[in-house]
Amino acid sequence: MSTNRRTFIKQMGYVSLGFSMLGTACVLDSKKSVNAFDEIPKRPSEEQINAWIRILGDGRIKVLTGKMELGQGIRIAVAQVAAEELNTNIDLVEVNLAETGVTANEGYTAGSRSIEASAMSIRNAAACAREILKELAAKKLKIDKDRLDLKDGFILNEEQKFSFFEILDGQQIERNLKIPPEFKAKASRKIVGQPIKRKDISQMVVGKHTFIQDLRFPGMLHARIIRPPSYTSKLKSINENVFSGKEGFLKLVKIGDFLGVISEEEFQAVQLQREIFANTEWETGAPLPADKDLKTYIKNLAAEVAVEEQRGDWEKALKSASIQHKASYFKPYIMHAANGPSCAVAIYKDEKLKLWTHSQGVYPLRETLAPLLEMPQKNIHIIGTPGSGCYGHNAADDVAAEVALLAKNYPGKHIRLQWMRDEEHAWEPYGTPMAFEMEAGLTPEGKIAGWKYDFWSDVHSTRPGGNPDNLLPARYLGKSYKKPAGGFKGGALRNSIPYYDIADLQTQSHIFSGPLRRSALRSLGAFGNIFAIESFMDELAYKAGKDSIQFRINHSSDTRSIECLEKLQQKISSVKKSKNQGVGVAFSRYKNSSSYCAVAALVEVSEESEVFVKKMWAVIDAGECINPDGLKNQTEGGMIQAASWTIKEKVLFSDQHIISLDWNSYPIFRFPETPECEVEVIDRVEQPPLGAGESAQGPAGAAVVNAIFDATGIRVRDLPVKDQLAKEINKK
Amino acid sequence: MKKSMKASLVLNVNGKDRSLRITPETPLLYALRNNLELNGPKFGCGLEQCGACMVLLNGKANPSCRIPVSEVIEKKIVTIEGLAENGNLHPLQQAFIDEQAAQCGYCLNGVLINSVSLLNENKNPTAAEIKNGLEKNICRCGTHSRFIKAIKKVLKS
Repeated sequence: MSTNRRTFIKQMGYVSLGFSMLGTACVLDSKKSVNAFDEIPKRPSEEQINAWIRILGDGRIKVLTGKMELGQGIRIAVAQVAAEELNTNIDLVEVNLAETGVTANEGYTAGSRSIEASAMSIRNAAACAREILKELAAKKLKIDKDRLDLKDGFILNEEQKFSFFEILDGQQIERNLKIPPEFKAKASRKIVGQPIKRKDISQMVVGKHTFIQDLRFPGMLHARIIRPPSYTSKLKSINENVFSGKEGFLKLVKIGDFLGVISEEEFQAVQLQREIFANTEWETGAPLPADKDLKTYIKNLAAEVAVEEQRGDWEKALKSASIQHKASYFKPYIMHAANGPSCAVAIYKDEKLKLWTHSQGVYPLRETLAPLLEMPQKNIHIIGTPGSGCYGHNAADDVAAEVALLAKNYPGKHIRLQWMRDEEHAWEPYGTPMAFEMEAGLTPEGKIAGWKYDFWSDVHSTRPGGNPDNLLPARYLGKSYKKPAGGFKGGALRNSIPYYDIADLQTQSHIFSGPLRRSALRSLGAFGNIFAIESFMDELAYKAGKDSIQFRINHSSDTRSIECLEKLQQKISSVKKSKNQGVGVAFSRYKNSSSYCAVAALVEVSEESEVFVKKMWAVIDAGECINPDGLKNQTEGGMIQAASWTIKEKVLFSDQHIISLDWNSYPIFRFPETPECEVEVIDRVEQPPLGAGESAQGPAGAAVVNAIFDATGIRVRDLPVKDQLAKEINKK
Repeated sequence: MKKSMKASLVLNVNGKDRSLRITPETPLLYALRNNLELNGPKFGCGLEQCGACMVLLNGKANPSCRIPVSEVIEKKIVTIEGLAENGNLHPLQQAFIDEQAAQCGYCLNGVLINSVSLLNENKNPTAAEIKNGLEKNICRCGTHSRFIKAIKKVLKS
């Protein structure tokens, strides 16, 4: 047992070294990486403390999270909870991100669950580790456990001092987690709740932070994919004579209609990609509904209809109401549009695959790659490496699958594949279009009487999930893989039930299958549902002659909702609107079970009906706050991104393919368009922490549209605003 | 594809002459990243639309994703790796750390380089001049307001 354990620690020590080198030099020693390659690591069960926390020989503490760093700052948050419970300087804590065989299998880094799940497991493990370390030290020193303290990787009392490593005799804590463990008293916390700075930003400003795009291995080769002109085009012919003698050309991997080129240098691969495409002929693919009005089109598609929530009798309540109101809304396809195109690196050797990816789920990716590559899972080792921000399920898994296919067909060398800008724009799975129909009544006192909500949506997730259909290259391999049916309708339902006190209501879903690739985009259905519901709440408040914030408070019994709204009211009460300016507000509790977020926007609408968002405010209650600056950063970013979605964004397509291919044909907010942001955090140390990375999306979109109404008296119900506002003005 | 031949070139990067064998039409970005192993400048679009690849050419921010290496042999090239002098961070680098001005950080290279260029040309820009000066930089995370705060902080000090 102890020998096994030692070998195990040695292996872990090695992996750790590999990552330290990654962080500083980016170049891995080829000999060592091949050695490590042969030993696909084994990991302890998630019940065990050492699945989450390991004590390193040099005095540092390694925290293992099954989640990925996406720019949301999960690394610093998990380091904070561990450092706090172990009373250790945070600089001594290093974080191992998601890696198969090493970290716990925590599924996907999605749904704002990283703090709620991973950080809390790590906090539990650290608290248990602290108590066990004290017990072991007490036994060793034959003194009472309460006479010992922990500090910076040492256990000490007035006379003696031992490192954690010495106390453990070089072993790891394999005992199971005790739940609930004894946490450090909230009043004495010094690290949790503080705006501790991220270590990666200090590396970024000197160009030393390693993104997946920056990995470099000795002898590494480069690759690009040759894409068909549409989703469904079949390859008719390819003239290989033209490019096969080109400088640097190594191989064209051709499997069915899947074409990938491997070359010595990266720019050669870029040139070969163009040249090979110019020497291919493709059949025309099935047409896309480019000439249709998308809002009407998706409502007329075959759909799976279900009543999702039924309370009281909405029809009767509506009939008895003194005012009745109806409205319909729409959001188009929106893209993740990562700033850095998706990238992955792989090497295949001795029937084993090692893969570096910015996927949000290394274990689900492994489970899905195994059948695609016809390899056992145990021979695949996947290492999560941060990429450009993804905001959900973008092409990270697709590019990983593609480079894995190429590596398997060109063994023995590291191969790096990065998509080009037009590929990232045109081939990622988008956030789905949604349509919404609302109907409600009001009593003479201004209370909602009867609420009927119908929404139309595609599925919101086609994450890998063990099904190769979900990986883009699968459908071109000439096998039986097909367009994914998708799953997780739940994503469409997110926030479709208003978080307000409404006695009589019905929510009904209409789930269709739309023409473009689609998957999880930050907040999934919540953005569309909250945009519609909070726009409609604003319309109802106006009809009822009530202040918009007060109207929401009148329909809330959750005191945390009310506090957010009241604090927001205070923030905007002193705003002086100039001519053509308006202020709008919106509120939601994300998923109706996570963070509370109230948002206000100040907009100005020009004579040419252009909208400028001048300032945005948010008040957010995410329970116990681990890092207030991280929470603010996520909320500011969420507001700006959602305002950009709302005002400008829409994926365009022709009858053959997507034609939003770059930043000109898919414009997003640039610096001159972005608002100043102010975020207030309500820290509730007594409450469990709640995920917050997606909480601002919905209310930010609605707040902007409500502000436009305040400025102009014009209600924009179909997004994006820039397409619709001029039309609405012309109608008047 | 044109018939391409490698040539020996010398580039002045971060104050040092660096020789490399490269096809002259290769865009500067690939030379910096792959030949000189400077990972600061990033590939974002290859179209000079997003600014992720910006470097200073004779003190002025320029995208590096299209300009061929053959056109920059006479220029002083500075990448984000070369901004610190004698181990001291450039005030903007320090301000970006202080304001925690990054989320994913992929655009940070271009935003920082362009900010340095902006302040090289205009010691006291207004808020509007800062925003307009950074128009070429795409940030998808929505970190704009923090970047602007960081630049304003340097102006104050």
